[in-house]
Amino acid sequence: MIEIEGITKRYDATTVVDDVSMVIEPRTVCVIVGTSGSGKTTLLRMINRLVEPTAGVIKFDGADNSSLPGYELRRSIGYAIQGHGLFPHRTVAQNIATVPVLLGWDKARIKARVDELMTLYQLDPEAFGPRYPHELSGGQQQRVGVARALAAEPNVLLMDEPFGALDPIIRNKAQEDLLAIQKRFGTTIILVTHDMEEAVHMGDKIAVMDAGKLVQYAKPAEILANPASDFVETLVGASERPFRLLSLGRVRDAVENGSAEGEAIPGDASQRDALAELLWSGRPALPVKGADGKPLGRVTVDGLVKRAARPA
Amino acid sequence: MKAWFPSLLRLALVVLLVAFVTSPGWFEPLLKPLTENNAPVIYNQGSLLTLTLLHLRIVLIATVAATVVAVALAILVTRPAGAEFLPLSRSLVNIGQTFPPVAVLALAVPAVGFGEKPTLIALFLYGLLPIFENALTGLTTLPANVMEAARGAGMTGWQRLTKVELPLSAPIILGGIRLSVVISLATATIGSTVAAKTLGEVIIAGLLSNNLAFILQGGLIVAALAVLIYDGLSAVERYTARRMGREVE
Repeated sequence: MIEIEGITKRYDATTVVDDVSMVIEPRTVCVIVGTSGSGKTTLLRMINRLVEPTAGVIKFDGADNSSLPGYELRRSIGYAIQGHGLFPHRTVAQNIATVPVLLGWDKARIKARVDELMTLYQLDPEAFGPRYPHELSGGQQQRVGVARALAAEPNVLLMDEPFGALDPIIRNKAQEDLLAIQKRFGTTIILVTHDMEEAVHMGDKIAVMDAGKLVQYAKPAEILANPASDFVETLVGASERPFRLLSLGRVRDAVENGSAEGEAIPGDASQRDALAELLWSGRPALPVKGADGKPLGRVTVDGLVKRAARPA
Repeated sequence: MKAWFPSLLRLALVVLLVAFVTSPGWFEPLLKPLTENNAPVIYNQGSLLTLTLLHLRIVLIATVAATVVAVALAILVTRPAGAEFLPLSRSLVNIGQTFPPVAVLALAVPAVGFGEKPTLIALFLYGLLPIFENALTGLTTLPANVMEAARGAGMTGWQRLTKVELPLSAPIILGGIRLSVVISLATATIGSTVAAKTLGEVIIAGLLSNNLAFILQGGLIVAALAVLIYDGLSAVERYTARRMGREVE
């Protein structure tokens, strides 16, 4: 659990982060979203003390994060940034091994961990381990960047617009991969983005920052349904709201009894995808199949439209 | 032009240079027409090989010393604690460069006497600026997100310097060393005016006795050394740049 208590950062007369308090539950994804200059990156960087706060404390499981030297604290926290920041003079394997080497792990353990992470990220350790970052594609570089952040098995992973430099198709894949890995390792992730779409998709909770203040901290559905201020409402985008709400739910949760014609949609797909498919194909209903291919029932336009309405 | 042609040219130059300094007698007929009144054709007051090696040694010592001091200075003024010394160290190093080497020699002789020492001082001061400027450029133009990642990974200041900053600026620092070496190779000849044993001795002897053959052989050896060393260091620089993932401009 990460407790942020009254954290403030001032540069001379400007207050960048203004008295922010929030609690991040373990093994969840917390997305900090805001426009540029909202203080979201500064808030993130105060968690691993790349920036020292002017006032306030941040506690990890009750322990003040200022009780250790900054560099030791940072070795225990994963950190991934936009544009990956890989060391150009080190191979992929050496890049991933950065923090374990700093921690003095033995060679066999480092190699095992590097191979594990590379395999997890679909990079063959034999083929990609000895390569240099500039020999990889943008998507591969991003994956190596995240693998490096996860190398020392941190409980907490901080990410600053990690998908910002990726094209939309690779970005979706990277987001899915991250969520899968988060489930697998149970890592607490704090991710900064300016993209509400990404926030709704990734976050268990969303923190909206504006001009240094935390204006709302709630579950995505709550943010969509009850934006705390006009700013949050603008950020959500009034015209996008119903679709974002639908994107939170899975098709299997919207299944009705009955059957329908045509190709079935998997139960894992989002309700938004189902609605899009229905609207595009002009059909009133779609059959739904489970992961094993068995029919589960159907989804209807009417059913989905009801779900897209503002929750009471 | 074929790709092997420059390499062949280099090889020929090396062979020629080695042959000339080890067995200058072979080249006597070539230089003979440049002398008058049966004057000696090949420098006869010391071996060309010894002078070449001494010339290289003095350049090496001065460059190593200048590199150590210039890089240390550049590191110092790019740390947060040393930032306020940046303008001061810049002007100090600039003074080293604007001072003519002959003037340095003239001032150094009364202080340290004749011989190698005043020459070393002049070369050292002269070599500082290119290395310092390049080291400064290298250390201040590192990619910001790489430095952020190094801090975020939990490297200490020292680890960032030795594992990231210096390796990444190595190609640029090498460029400064290359410039400095070439300047020193030429400037070292002046050292012979204060009795340092360098190839300048041959040139000065030629000037004093109006012997064009002496002037030419001294000058050509220095020129060949400069071209070859410049070439070799450029190759090292390109290799390092590739190795550090930085593009060569």
